[in-house]
Amino acid sequence: MGNFDKKIAKFWEIFINHNGYAKVLTGLQNTLIIAVVGLAIGIVIGTVIAAIEVMPKYKRLPRILNGVCAFYVGLFRGTPIVVQLLVAYYVILPLLGINMPPVNVCIMVFGLNSGAYVSEIMRGGILSVDPGQMEAGRAVGLSYSVTMLKIVVPQAVKNILPTLGNELIALVKETSVVSFVGAADLYVAFSYIGTNNYEFMVPYLAMALIYIVMVMIIAMFVRIMERSLRKSDRNN
Amino acid sequence: MIEITDLRKSFGNLEVLKGITTTISEGEKVVVVGPSGSGKSTFLRCLNCMEDPTSGSIIFDGVDITDMKVDINIHRRRMGMVFQQFNLFNNKTVLGNIMLAPLHVKLTDFRRKKLKNAFIRISNLFARDKKPLYEINANRQQIKEEVRENALRLLKRIGLEDKADAYPSTLSGGQKQRIAIIRALAMNPKVILFDEPTSALDPEMVGEVLDLIRQLAEEGMTMVIVTHEMGFAREVATRVLFMDDGQILEENAPAEFFSNPQNPRAKEFLSKVL
Repeated sequence: MGNFDKKIAKFWEIFINHNGYAKVLTGLQNTLIIAVVGLAIGIVIGTVIAAIEVMPKYKRLPRILNGVCAFYVGLFRGTPIVVQLLVAYYVILPLLGINMPPVNVCIMVFGLNSGAYVSEIMRGGILSVDPGQMEAGRAVGLSYSVTMLKIVVPQAVKNILPTLGNELIALVKETSVVSFVGAADLYVAFSYIGTNNYEFMVPYLAMALIYIVMVMIIAMFVRIMERSLRKSDRNN
Repeated sequence: MIEITDLRKSFGNLEVLKGITTTISEGEKVVVVGPSGSGKSTFLRCLNCMEDPTSGSIIFDGVDITDMKVDINIHRRRMGMVFQQFNLFNNKTVLGNIMLAPLHVKLTDFRRKKLKNAFIRISNLFARDKKPLYEINANRQQIKEEVRENALRLLKRIGLEDKADAYPSTLSGGQKQRIAIIRALAMNPKVILFDEPTSALDPEMVGEVLDLIRQLAEEGMTMVIVTHEMGFAREVATRVLFMDDGQILEENAPAEFFSNPQNPRAKEFLSKVL
Protein backbone atom coordinates (compact mmCIF):
# COMPACT_ATOMS: atom_id res chain seq x y z
CA MET A 1 0.00 0.00 0.00
CA GLY A 2 3.08 2.15 0.21
CA ASN A 3 2.79 3.67 -3.22
CA PHE A 4 -0.92 4.41 -3.10
CA ASP A 5 -0.45 8.06 -4.04
CA LYS A 6 1.54 6.98 -7.07
CA LYS A 7 -1.28 4.66 -8.09
CA ILE A 8 -3.76 7.46 -7.78
CA ALA A 9 -1.58 9.71 -9.89
CA LYS A 10 -1.38 7.03 -12.58
CA PHE A 11 -5.13 6.54 -12.48
CA TRP A 12 -5.67 10.27 -12.72
CA GLU A 13 -3.30 10.49 -15.68
CA ILE A 14 -5.30 7.93 -17.67
CA PHE A 15 -8.60 9.21 -16.42
CA ILE A 16 -7.95 12.78 -17.60
CA ASN A 17 -5.43 12.58 -20.40
CA HIS A 18 -6.28 9.31 -22.10
CA ASN A 19 -10.00 9.73 -22.44
CA GLY A 20 -10.74 7.67 -19.35
CA TYR A 21 -13.41 10.09 -18.15
CA ALA A 22 -15.27 9.84 -21.45
CA LYS A 23 -15.43 6.08 -21.10
CA VAL A 24 -16.59 6.36 -17.52
CA LEU A 25 -19.32 8.82 -18.50
CA THR A 26 -20.51 6.55 -21.32
CA GLY A 27 -20.49 3.66 -18.89
CA LEU A 28 -22.42 5.64 -16.33
CA GLN A 29 -24.92 6.73 -18.94
CA ASN A 30 -25.43 3.17 -20.21
CA THR A 31 -25.80 1.82 -16.70
CA LEU A 32 -28.46 4.38 -15.83
CA ILE A 33 -30.30 4.04 -19.13
CA ILE A 34 -30.42 0.26 -18.88
CA ALA A 35 -31.58 0.34 -15.26
CA VAL A 36 -34.14 3.15 -15.56
CA VAL A 37 -35.64 2.23 -18.93
CA GLY A 38 -35.50 -1.41 -17.90
CA LEU A 39 -37.46 -0.65 -14.77
CA ALA A 40 -39.97 1.44 -16.73
CA ILE A 41 -40.57 -1.48 -19.09
CA GLY A 42 -40.64 -3.77 -16.07
CA ILE A 43 -43.30 -1.69 -14.35
CA VAL A 44 -45.54 -1.76 -17.41
CA ILE A 45 -45.13 -5.51 -17.91
CA GLY A 46 -45.35 -6.18 -14.19
CA THR A 47 -48.55 -4.16 -13.80
CA VAL A 48 -50.20 -5.98 -16.67
CA ILE A 49 -49.18 -9.38 -15.27
CA ALA A 50 -50.28 -8.46 -11.76
CA ALA A 51 -53.63 -7.18 -13.04
CA ILE A 52 -54.15 -10.48 -14.86
CA GLU A 53 -53.16 -12.48 -11.80
CA VAL A 54 -55.67 -10.77 -9.54
CA MET A 55 -58.49 -10.93 -12.11
CA PRO A 56 -61.50 -13.05 -11.19
CA LYS A 57 -60.94 -16.43 -12.82
CA TYR A 58 -64.36 -17.77 -13.75
CA LYS A 59 -64.00 -17.03 -17.45
CA ARG A 60 -61.67 -18.88 -19.76
CA LEU A 61 -59.59 -16.00 -21.11
CA PRO A 62 -58.22 -14.83 -17.75
CA ARG A 63 -57.30 -18.41 -16.93
CA ILE A 64 -55.32 -18.82 -20.15
CA LEU A 65 -53.62 -15.44 -19.69
CA ASN A 66 -52.81 -16.41 -16.12
CA GLY A 67 -51.07 -19.55 -17.36
CA VAL A 68 -49.02 -17.52 -19.82
CA CYS A 69 -48.03 -15.08 -17.08
CA ALA A 70 -47.05 -17.86 -14.69
CA PHE A 71 -44.83 -19.34 -17.40
CA TYR A 72 -43.26 -15.94 -18.07
CA VAL A 73 -42.53 -15.24 -14.43
CA GLY A 74 -41.18 -18.75 -13.92
CA LEU A 75 -38.90 -18.41 -16.91
CA PHE A 76 -37.41 -15.06 -15.96
CA ARG A 77 -37.07 -15.75 -12.27
CA GLY A 78 -35.72 -19.21 -12.89
CA THR A 79 -32.65 -18.19 -14.90
CA PRO A 80 -29.82 -15.81 -14.03
CA ILE A 81 -29.86 -12.53 -15.88
CA VAL A 82 -26.46 -13.27 -17.43
CA VAL A 83 -27.92 -16.36 -19.03
CA GLN A 84 -30.89 -14.38 -20.30
CA LEU A 85 -28.58 -11.76 -21.79
CA LEU A 86 -26.40 -14.36 -23.48
CA VAL A 87 -29.36 -16.30 -24.83
CA ALA A 88 -31.04 -13.13 -26.11
CA TYR A 89 -27.90 -11.77 -27.72
CA TYR A 90 -26.26 -14.90 -29.07
CA VAL A 91 -29.24 -17.19 -29.69
CA ILE A 92 -32.57 -15.47 -30.15
CA LEU A 93 -31.58 -12.33 -32.04
CA PRO A 94 -29.32 -14.16 -34.56
CA LEU A 95 -32.06 -16.73 -35.08
CA LEU A 96 -34.51 -13.95 -35.84
CA GLY A 97 -31.89 -12.27 -38.01
CA ILE A 98 -32.07 -9.02 -36.08
CA ASN A 99 -29.01 -6.89 -35.59
CA MET A 100 -29.26 -4.67 -32.55
CA PRO A 101 -26.76 -2.65 -30.53
CA PRO A 102 -25.87 -4.44 -27.28
CA VAL A 103 -27.24 -1.64 -25.09
CA ASN A 104 -30.70 -1.99 -26.62
CA VAL A 105 -30.59 -5.74 -26.08
CA CYS A 106 -29.67 -5.13 -22.47
CA ILE A 107 -32.54 -2.67 -22.00
CA MET A 108 -34.97 -5.25 -23.38
CA VAL A 109 -33.66 -8.12 -21.31
CA PHE A 110 -33.53 -6.06 -18.13
CA GLY A 111 -37.05 -4.82 -18.82
CA LEU A 112 -38.38 -8.34 -19.34
CA ASN A 113 -36.49 -9.61 -16.33
CA SER A 114 -37.62 -6.90 -13.95
CA GLY A 115 -41.17 -7.30 -15.30
CA ALA A 116 -41.22 -10.73 -13.69
CA TYR A 117 -40.10 -9.35 -10.33
CA VAL A 118 -42.20 -6.21 -10.45
CA SER A 119 -45.29 -8.32 -11.19
CA GLU A 120 -44.91 -10.03 -7.82
CA ILE A 121 -44.32 -6.72 -6.06
CA MET A 122 -47.27 -5.15 -7.84
CA ARG A 123 -49.54 -8.10 -7.08
CA GLY A 124 -48.80 -7.66 -3.40
CA GLY A 125 -49.48 -3.95 -3.77
CA ILE A 126 -52.81 -4.49 -5.49
CA LEU A 127 -53.89 -7.05 -2.90
CA SER A 128 -52.99 -4.59 -0.15
CA VAL A 129 -55.56 -2.09 -1.47
CA ASP A 130 -58.91 -2.36 0.29
CA PRO A 131 -61.27 -4.48 -1.88
CA GLY A 132 -63.94 -1.87 -1.13
CA GLN A 133 -62.14 0.48 -3.54
CA MET A 134 -62.70 -1.91 -6.42
CA GLU A 135 -66.31 -2.45 -5.34
CA ALA A 136 -66.98 1.26 -5.17
CA GLY A 137 -65.56 1.73 -8.65
CA ARG A 138 -67.64 -1.09 -10.07
CA ALA A 139 -70.73 0.15 -8.24
CA VAL A 140 -70.62 3.52 -10.02
CA GLY A 141 -70.49 1.67 -13.32
CA LEU A 142 -66.79 1.77 -14.17
CA SER A 143 -65.41 -1.33 -15.81
CA TYR A 144 -62.91 -3.62 -14.08
CA SER A 145 -59.99 -2.31 -16.11
CA VAL A 146 -60.86 1.37 -15.68
CA THR A 147 -61.26 0.94 -11.91
CA MET A 148 -58.00 -0.96 -11.79
CA LEU A 149 -56.17 1.73 -13.71
CA LYS A 150 -57.64 4.82 -12.08
CA ILE A 151 -58.26 3.70 -8.52
CA VAL A 152 -56.49 0.52 -7.47
CA VAL A 153 -53.13 0.73 -9.25
CA PRO A 154 -52.34 4.31 -8.15
CA GLN A 155 -52.93 3.30 -4.54
CA ALA A 156 -50.97 0.10 -5.01
CA VAL A 157 -48.02 2.01 -6.47
CA LYS A 158 -47.97 4.25 -3.44
CA ASN A 159 -47.83 1.23 -1.17
CA ILE A 160 -45.02 -0.47 -3.04
CA LEU A 161 -42.85 2.54 -3.83
CA PRO A 162 -40.12 1.63 -1.34
CA THR A 163 -39.96 -1.87 -2.79
CA LEU A 164 -39.84 -0.50 -6.32
CA GLY A 165 -36.93 1.71 -5.24
CA ASN A 166 -35.21 -1.44 -4.06
CA GLU A 167 -35.83 -3.02 -7.44
CA LEU A 168 -34.24 -0.03 -9.18
CA ILE A 169 -31.21 -0.28 -6.90
CA ALA A 170 -30.92 -3.99 -7.62
CA LEU A 171 -31.15 -3.28 -11.35
CA VAL A 172 -28.44 -0.61 -11.21
CA LYS A 173 -26.12 -3.09 -9.57
CA GLU A 174 -27.08 -5.95 -11.87
CA THR A 175 -26.14 -3.89 -14.91
CA SER A 176 -22.55 -4.72 -14.04
CA VAL A 177 -22.97 -7.90 -16.10
CA VAL A 178 -23.88 -6.26 -19.40
CA SER A 179 -20.27 -6.38 -20.58
CA PHE A 180 -20.95 -10.10 -21.20
CA VAL A 181 -22.62 -9.05 -24.45
CA GLY A 182 -20.28 -6.17 -25.15
CA ALA A 183 -22.25 -3.23 -23.83
CA ALA A 184 -20.00 -0.50 -22.43
CA ASP A 185 -20.81 -0.01 -18.76
CA LEU A 186 -18.79 1.15 -15.78
CA TYR A 187 -16.92 -2.14 -15.56
CA VAL A 188 -15.73 -1.78 -19.16
CA ALA A 189 -14.65 1.80 -18.55
CA PHE A 190 -12.67 1.10 -15.40
CA SER A 191 -11.02 -2.05 -16.62
CA TYR A 192 -9.96 -0.05 -19.68
CA ILE A 193 -8.20 2.35 -17.31
CA GLY A 194 -6.82 -0.56 -15.35
CA THR A 195 -5.36 -2.42 -18.33
CA ASN A 196 -3.78 0.76 -19.62
CA ASN A 197 -1.48 1.21 -16.64
CA TYR A 198 -1.42 -2.37 -15.29
CA GLU A 199 -2.96 -1.16 -12.05
CA PHE A 200 -6.45 -2.21 -10.97
CA MET A 201 -6.64 -1.20 -7.35
CA VAL A 202 -7.65 2.45 -7.75
CA PRO A 203 -9.94 2.02 -10.78
CA TYR A 204 -12.00 -0.69 -9.12
CA LEU A 205 -12.14 1.26 -5.89
CA ALA A 206 -13.44 4.25 -7.86
CA MET A 207 -16.00 1.98 -9.53
CA ALA A 208 -17.27 0.79 -6.17
CA LEU A 209 -17.54 4.39 -5.01
CA ILE A 210 -19.57 5.41 -8.05
CA TYR A 211 -22.01 2.55 -7.47
CA ILE A 212 -22.44 3.49 -3.83
CA VAL A 213 -23.06 7.14 -4.64
CA MET A 214 -25.56 6.22 -7.38
CA VAL A 215 -27.49 3.96 -5.03
CA MET A 216 -27.54 6.62 -2.34
CA ILE A 217 -28.91 9.19 -4.76
CA ILE A 218 -31.64 6.81 -5.93
CA ALA A 219 -32.60 6.03 -2.34
CA MET A 220 -32.91 9.76 -1.68
CA PHE A 221 -35.14 10.27 -4.72
CA VAL A 222 -37.39 7.42 -3.67
CA ARG A 223 -37.79 8.95 -0.25
CA ILE A 224 -38.73 12.33 -1.72
CA MET A 225 -41.26 10.74 -4.06
CA GLU A 226 -42.77 8.74 -1.23
CA ARG A 227 -43.27 11.89 0.78
CA SER A 228 -45.02 13.72 -2.05
CA LEU A 229 -47.26 10.74 -2.79
CA ARG A 230 -48.27 10.44 0.81
CA LYS A 231 -50.13 13.74 0.78
CA SER A 232 -53.47 11.96 0.42
CA ASP A 233 -52.85 10.10 3.70
CA ARG A 234 -52.36 13.02 6.01
CA ASN A 235 -54.11 16.13 7.09
CA ASN A 236 -52.30 18.35 4.64
CA MET B 1 -88.88 -1.01 -11.88
CA ILE B 2 -86.88 -3.87 -10.36
CA GLU B 3 -88.53 -7.26 -10.57
CA ILE B 4 -86.79 -9.96 -8.62
CA THR B 5 -87.85 -13.52 -9.30
CA ASP B 6 -86.69 -16.55 -7.30
CA LEU B 7 -83.28 -15.04 -6.58
CA ARG B 8 -80.83 -17.57 -5.16
CA LYS B 9 -77.23 -17.17 -4.14
CA SER B 10 -74.82 -19.74 -2.79
CA PHE B 11 -71.27 -19.33 -1.59
CA GLY B 12 -69.85 -22.79 -2.08
CA ASN B 13 -72.20 -25.12 -0.25
CA LEU B 14 -73.75 -22.39 1.83
CA GLU B 15 -77.02 -21.16 0.41
CA VAL B 16 -77.41 -17.57 1.54
CA LEU B 17 -80.46 -16.54 -0.47
CA LYS B 18 -83.16 -19.17 -0.83
CA GLY B 19 -85.47 -17.86 -3.47
CA ILE B 20 -86.47 -14.25 -3.13
CA THR B 21 -89.31 -12.82 -5.17
CA THR B 22 -90.38 -9.23 -4.90
CA THR B 23 -90.92 -6.10 -6.95
CA ILE B 24 -89.59 -2.66 -6.25
CA SER B 25 -91.52 0.01 -8.06
CA GLU B 26 -90.61 3.58 -8.83
CA GLY B 27 -90.61 5.96 -5.87
CA GLU B 28 -90.73 3.19 -3.27
CA LYS B 29 -88.48 3.22 -0.22
CA VAL B 30 -87.96 -0.40 0.67
CA VAL B 31 -86.26 -1.06 3.98
CA VAL B 32 -84.80 -4.51 4.54
CA VAL B 33 -84.43 -5.57 8.16
CA GLY B 34 -83.53 -8.82 9.83
CA PRO B 35 -80.99 -10.44 12.13
CA SER B 36 -77.29 -10.65 11.22
CA GLY B 37 -76.49 -13.36 8.71
CA SER B 38 -80.00 -13.35 7.32
CA GLY B 39 -78.77 -12.46 3.83
CA LYS B 40 -79.93 -8.83 3.74
CA SER B 41 -76.65 -7.46 2.50
CA THR B 42 -76.19 -10.28 0.03
CA PHE B 43 -79.67 -9.58 -1.31
CA LEU B 44 -78.81 -5.91 -1.76
CA ARG B 45 -75.48 -6.71 -3.40
CA CYS B 46 -77.21 -9.08 -5.80
CA LEU B 47 -79.49 -6.28 -6.96
CA ASN B 48 -76.67 -4.58 -8.86
CA CYS B 49 -74.78 -7.83 -9.43
CA MET B 50 -71.91 -6.99 -7.09
CA GLU B 51 -72.50 -10.62 -6.23
CA ASP B 52 -73.56 -12.65 -9.23
CA PRO B 53 -76.75 -14.49 -8.31
CA THR B 54 -76.58 -18.26 -8.59
CA SER B 55 -80.00 -18.41 -10.18
CA GLY B 56 -83.14 -16.37 -10.61
CA SER B 57 -83.64 -13.15 -12.48
CA ILE B 58 -83.53 -9.44 -11.78
CA ILE B 59 -85.36 -7.36 -14.34
CA PHE B 60 -84.23 -3.74 -14.10
CA ASP B 61 -85.97 -1.38 -16.53
CA GLY B 62 -86.98 -4.29 -18.71
CA VAL B 63 -83.53 -5.90 -18.91
CA ASP B 64 -82.50 -9.04 -17.09
CA ILE B 65 -79.24 -7.89 -15.54
CA THR B 66 -78.30 -11.34 -14.27
CA ASP B 67 -77.68 -12.30 -17.88
CA MET B 68 -73.89 -12.50 -18.32
CA LYS B 69 -74.16 -11.04 -21.82
CA VAL B 70 -75.63 -7.78 -20.58
CA ASP B 71 -73.10 -4.99 -20.04
CA ILE B 72 -73.65 -4.64 -16.34
CA ASN B 73 -71.67 -1.38 -16.13
CA ILE B 74 -74.31 0.51 -18.09
CA HIS B 75 -77.02 -0.63 -15.68
CA ARG B 76 -74.96 -0.01 -12.58
CA ARG B 77 -74.74 3.64 -13.62
CA ARG B 78 -78.48 3.85 -13.05
CA MET B 79 -78.24 2.13 -9.66
CA GLY B 80 -76.29 4.02 -7.06
CA MET B 81 -74.78 2.14 -4.16
CA VAL B 82 -73.72 3.35 -0.73
CA PHE B 83 -71.52 1.12 1.39
CA GLN B 84 -71.16 0.56 5.09
CA GLN B 85 -67.45 1.40 4.90
CA PHE B 86 -68.02 4.47 2.66
CA ASN B 87 -65.37 3.31 0.17
CA LEU B 88 -64.43 6.74 -1.07
CA PHE B 89 -61.55 6.59 -3.53
CA ASN B 90 -58.56 7.32 -1.29
CA ASN B 91 -56.35 8.59 -4.10
CA LYS B 92 -58.83 11.22 -5.25
CA THR B 93 -59.94 14.46 -3.69
CA VAL B 94 -63.56 14.84 -2.66
CA LEU B 95 -64.35 16.58 -5.93
CA GLY B 96 -62.39 13.92 -7.82
CA ASN B 97 -64.47 11.22 -6.12
CA ILE B 98 -67.71 12.78 -7.26
CA MET B 99 -66.54 13.66 -10.76
CA LEU B 100 -64.71 10.47 -11.66
CA ALA B 101 -67.55 8.30 -12.90
CA PRO B 102 -69.72 10.94 -14.65
CA LEU B 103 -66.66 12.43 -16.32
CA HIS B 104 -65.41 9.05 -17.45
CA VAL B 105 -68.78 8.09 -18.88
CA LYS B 106 -69.26 11.38 -20.69
CA LEU B 107 -65.75 11.54 -22.07
CA THR B 108 -65.90 7.95 -23.27
CA ASP B 109 -69.18 8.71 -24.98
CA PHE B 110 -67.66 11.86 -26.50
CA ARG B 111 -64.65 9.96 -27.85
CA ARG B 112 -66.82 7.18 -29.23
CA LYS B 113 -69.06 9.63 -31.06
CA LYS B 114 -66.07 11.44 -32.51
CA LEU B 115 -64.57 8.18 -33.74
CA LYS B 116 -67.85 7.10 -35.28
CA ASN B 117 -68.21 10.48 -36.96
CA ALA B 118 -64.77 10.11 -38.48
CA PHE B 119 -65.79 6.74 -39.96
CA ILE B 120 -69.09 8.12 -41.20
CA ARG B 121 -67.31 11.02 -42.90
CA ILE B 122 -65.02 8.61 -44.71
CA SER B 123 -67.83 6.31 -45.77
CA ASN B 124 -69.89 9.33 -46.84
CA LEU B 125 -67.21 10.14 -49.37
CA PHE B 126 -68.10 6.98 -51.27
CA ALA B 127 -71.75 6.42 -50.43
CA ARG B 128 -74.60 7.89 -52.40
CA ASP B 129 -76.89 8.18 -49.35
CA LYS B 130 -75.04 10.37 -46.92
CA LYS B 131 -75.40 9.20 -43.34
CA PRO B 132 -75.99 11.89 -40.71
CA LEU B 133 -73.26 12.57 -38.19
CA TYR B 134 -73.73 12.13 -34.46
CA GLU B 135 -74.43 15.38 -32.75
CA ILE B 136 -71.66 16.63 -30.51
CA ASN B 137 -72.75 19.70 -28.65
CA ALA B 138 -69.91 20.20 -26.21
CA ASN B 139 -66.16 19.95 -26.37
CA ARG B 140 -63.95 18.22 -23.86
CA GLN B 141 -63.49 21.34 -21.78
CA GLN B 142 -67.20 22.09 -21.62
CA ILE B 143 -68.00 18.54 -20.57
CA LYS B 144 -65.46 18.79 -17.79
CA GLU B 145 -66.83 22.12 -16.64
CA GLU B 146 -70.38 20.83 -16.66
CA VAL B 147 -69.52 17.74 -14.60
CA ARG B 148 -67.54 19.90 -12.21
CA GLU B 149 -70.37 22.34 -11.74
CA ASN B 150 -72.78 19.53 -11.04
CA ALA B 151 -70.38 18.05 -8.48
CA LEU B 152 -69.96 21.41 -6.76
CA ARG B 153 -73.71 21.92 -6.71
CA LEU B 154 -74.12 18.56 -4.98
CA LEU B 155 -71.34 19.36 -2.53
CA LYS B 156 -72.97 22.69 -1.71
CA ARG B 157 -76.18 20.87 -1.04
CA ILE B 158 -74.57 18.95 1.82
CA GLY B 159 -72.62 22.03 2.91
CA LEU B 160 -69.18 20.60 2.25
CA GLU B 161 -68.08 22.79 -0.66
CA ASP B 162 -65.03 23.91 1.34
CA LYS B 163 -63.86 20.28 1.42
CA ALA B 164 -63.79 19.97 -2.38
CA ASP B 165 -60.02 19.67 -2.54
CA ALA B 166 -59.52 17.67 0.64
CA TYR B 167 -58.63 13.99 0.59
CA PRO B 168 -61.02 11.46 2.15
CA SER B 169 -58.54 10.56 4.90
CA THR B 170 -59.02 14.03 6.40
CA LEU B 171 -62.80 13.75 6.74
CA SER B 172 -65.02 12.46 9.52
CA GLY B 173 -67.13 9.34 9.00
CA GLY B 174 -70.33 11.32 8.61
CA GLN B 175 -68.76 13.58 6.00
CA LYS B 176 -67.37 10.59 4.13
CA GLN B 177 -70.71 8.86 4.02
CA ARG B 178 -72.56 11.97 2.86
CA ILE B 179 -70.00 12.41 0.11
CA ALA B 180 -70.40 8.75 -0.81
CA ILE B 181 -74.12 9.37 -1.13
CA ILE B 182 -73.74 12.35 -3.45
CA ARG B 183 -71.11 10.46 -5.40
CA ALA B 184 -73.86 7.95 -6.15
CA LEU B 185 -76.25 10.81 -6.84
CA ALA B 186 -73.89 12.42 -9.37
CA MET B 187 -74.73 9.65 -11.85
CA ASN B 188 -78.46 10.53 -11.71
CA PRO B 189 -79.42 7.03 -10.65
CA LYS B 190 -82.98 5.72 -10.78
CA VAL B 191 -82.51 3.85 -7.54
CA ILE B 192 -79.98 3.97 -4.71
CA LEU B 193 -79.03 0.90 -2.72
CA PHE B 194 -77.92 1.59 0.85
CA ASP B 195 -75.93 -1.17 2.54
CA GLU B 196 -76.09 -0.35 6.26
CA PRO B 197 -75.12 3.28 5.65
CA THR B 198 -74.84 4.21 9.32
CA SER B 199 -73.41 1.05 10.87
CA ALA B 200 -69.78 2.19 10.75
CA LEU B 201 -70.49 5.70 12.05
CA ASP B 202 -69.98 7.21 15.46
CA PRO B 203 -73.36 7.77 17.11
CA GLU B 204 -73.24 11.56 16.84
CA MET B 205 -72.76 11.33 13.06
CA VAL B 206 -75.64 9.01 12.34
CA GLY B 207 -78.11 11.88 12.35
CA GLU B 208 -76.53 13.91 9.56
CA VAL B 209 -76.38 10.91 7.25
CA LEU B 210 -79.95 9.87 7.98
CA ASP B 211 -81.09 13.46 7.38
CA LEU B 212 -79.58 13.40 3.91
CA ILE B 213 -81.19 10.05 3.11
CA ARG B 214 -84.50 11.36 4.41
CA GLN B 215 -84.21 14.41 2.14
CA LEU B 216 -83.59 12.20 -0.87
CA ALA B 217 -86.56 10.08 0.10
CA GLU B 218 -88.78 13.14 0.25
CA GLU B 219 -87.61 14.13 -3.22
CA GLY B 220 -88.98 10.84 -4.48
CA MET B 221 -85.79 8.87 -5.04
CA THR B 222 -86.37 5.13 -5.17
CA MET B 223 -84.33 3.41 -2.47
CA VAL B 224 -83.55 0.04 -1.05
CA ILE B 225 -82.08 0.37 2.43
CA VAL B 226 -80.56 -2.30 4.60
CA THR B 227 -80.37 -0.90 8.10
CA HIS B 228 -80.50 -1.57 11.80
CA GLU B 229 -81.98 1.85 12.55
CA MET B 230 -85.54 0.77 13.28
CA GLY B 231 -86.81 4.26 14.07
CA PHE B 232 -85.51 5.50 10.76
CA ALA B 233 -86.98 2.50 8.96
CA ARG B 234 -90.39 3.15 10.39
CA GLU B 235 -90.23 6.80 9.40
CA VAL B 236 -88.85 6.59 5.86
CA ALA B 237 -90.01 3.23 4.54
CA THR B 238 -93.00 2.75 2.32
CA ARG B 239 -92.52 -0.99 2.71
CA VAL B 240 -90.53 -3.17 5.09
CA LEU B 241 -89.07 -6.52 4.14
CA PHE B 242 -88.22 -8.79 7.04
CA MET B 243 -85.60 -11.33 6.07
CA ASP B 244 -84.30 -14.31 7.93
CA ASP B 245 -82.41 -17.39 6.81
CA GLY B 246 -82.23 -16.21 3.19
CA GLN B 247 -85.95 -15.70 2.74
CA ILE B 248 -88.42 -12.86 2.96
CA LEU B 249 -90.64 -13.84 5.88
CA GLU B 250 -92.76 -10.75 6.06
CA GLU B 251 -93.48 -7.89 3.72
CA ASN B 252 -95.62 -5.09 5.07
CA ALA B 253 -96.22 -1.38 5.48
CA PRO B 254 -93.97 -0.02 8.25
CA ALA B 255 -96.77 0.97 10.61
CA GLU B 256 -98.27 -2.52 10.35
CA PHE B 257 -94.95 -4.29 10.58
CA PHE B 258 -93.65 -2.49 13.64
CA SER B 259 -96.86 -2.44 15.63
CA ASN B 260 -98.30 -5.76 14.64
CA PRO B 261 -95.83 -8.18 13.07
CA GLN B 262 -97.38 -11.37 11.74
CA ASN B 263 -94.43 -13.70 11.46
CA PRO B 264 -93.27 -15.23 14.78
CA ARG B 265 -89.61 -14.71 13.95
CA ALA B 266 -90.28 -11.08 13.07
CA LYS B 267 -92.01 -10.71 16.42
CA GLU B 268 -89.03 -12.18 18.21
CA PHE B 269 -86.61 -9.96 16.25
CA LEU B 270 -88.56 -6.81 16.97
CA SER B 271 -88.90 -7.59 20.65
CA LYS B 272 -85.09 -7.75 20.79
CA VAL B 273 -84.29 -4.59 18.89
CA LEU B 274 -87.08 -2.20 19.82
